[in-house]
Amino acid sequence: MRTFVYLRVFPKESLTTDAHISAMTAYTATVTVRLKHGVLDPEAETTQKALERLGFELGDLRSADRFEIDLEAADSDEAAERAGEMADRLLANPTIHDYDVTVETAE
Amino acid sequence: MTVSIIRFGGSNCDRDAVRALDALDVDAEIVWHEDGLPADATGVVLPGGFSYGDYLRAGAMAAQSPIMADVRDLAADGVPVLGVCNGAQIGCESKLTPGAFTTNASARFQCEHVNVRVENADTPFTAAYDEGDVLTLPIAHGEGRFEIGAERYDDLVSEDRVLFRYCDEDGELSDDANPNGSTGAVAGVLGERDSVAVLMPHPERATLPELGLTDGQGVLRAFA
Repeated sequence: MRTFVYLRVFPKESLTTDAHISAMTAYTATVTVRLKHGVLDPEAETTQKALERLGFELGDLRSADRFEIDLEAADSDEAAERAGEMADRLLANPTIHDYDVTVETAE
Repeated sequence: MTVSIIRFGGSNCDRDAVRALDALDVDAEIVWHEDGLPADATGVVLPGGFSYGDYLRAGAMAAQSPIMADVRDLAADGVPVLGVCNGAQIGCESKLTPGAFTTNASARFQCEHVNVRVENADTPFTAAYDEGDVLTLPIAHGEGRFEIGAERYDDLVSEDRVLFRYCDEDGELSDDANPNGSTGAVAGVLGERDSVAVLMPHPERATLPELGLTDGQGVLRAFA
């Protein structure tokens, strides 16, 4: 089962003063959580077999969880840092997962 | 002298644990996780179930409950803590115990009786057994494959923290006897202290004589 979760997170300090708000930028941080290389992925294997039964030819199939997180931050580095902390603390399990974070300015 | 069985939203083996402990004359009560642990709890059971619908990963949400800080404190004081099935997943997600339990190699939920071999009989959970004893216990899980990096697995073995391994009825390890593809056929592990343990099989479902299996009684005698 793949999971898509959308979170909207506003830091408390963004609510303190108007001047502060103007210094913050809205970003969307995308956290992609994958099984570490070498960790068995039975769901992906089952999905691959189902695709092959449908007649598709493919070499390999890997699955991942993607989390899109809207947040306000002073700059993209801070946004990435906070999203990385969310991955470390909850979104990924370091025993079995690797993750990466990309940040874009929100639309 | 009361063992706390922590009920999270979605726990469903909490009452089984009470019944099983009661049969061993161990006083036990269910504690709702938001109420915090009684300071005088003489033991803690993290029961099986599907806490928070297994959202994100099995056990990941319950591991964030503030009561787990209480559990860690009691565990550090040497109070016995046992995680069973979903409780084992919560134990690993909360770092009480090493490794992770993830999707079975079969990609299926498996509900069957298995054999496990006692790997370390020098713990409160296995004092009733001898090393090498083979127990028959039920499993009922979709995410019970034990995973841990190769280096940490070697540490786990050298530190004698593997509690049980899946085996055949003669105590031999084989792929056929490993129901979920667990690394090293590991069915249960110890935390930093031997008074903290998690396992995927259900000792509380193999305790009441009227249910047919009683091999799990010894695990729960840690709380007697």
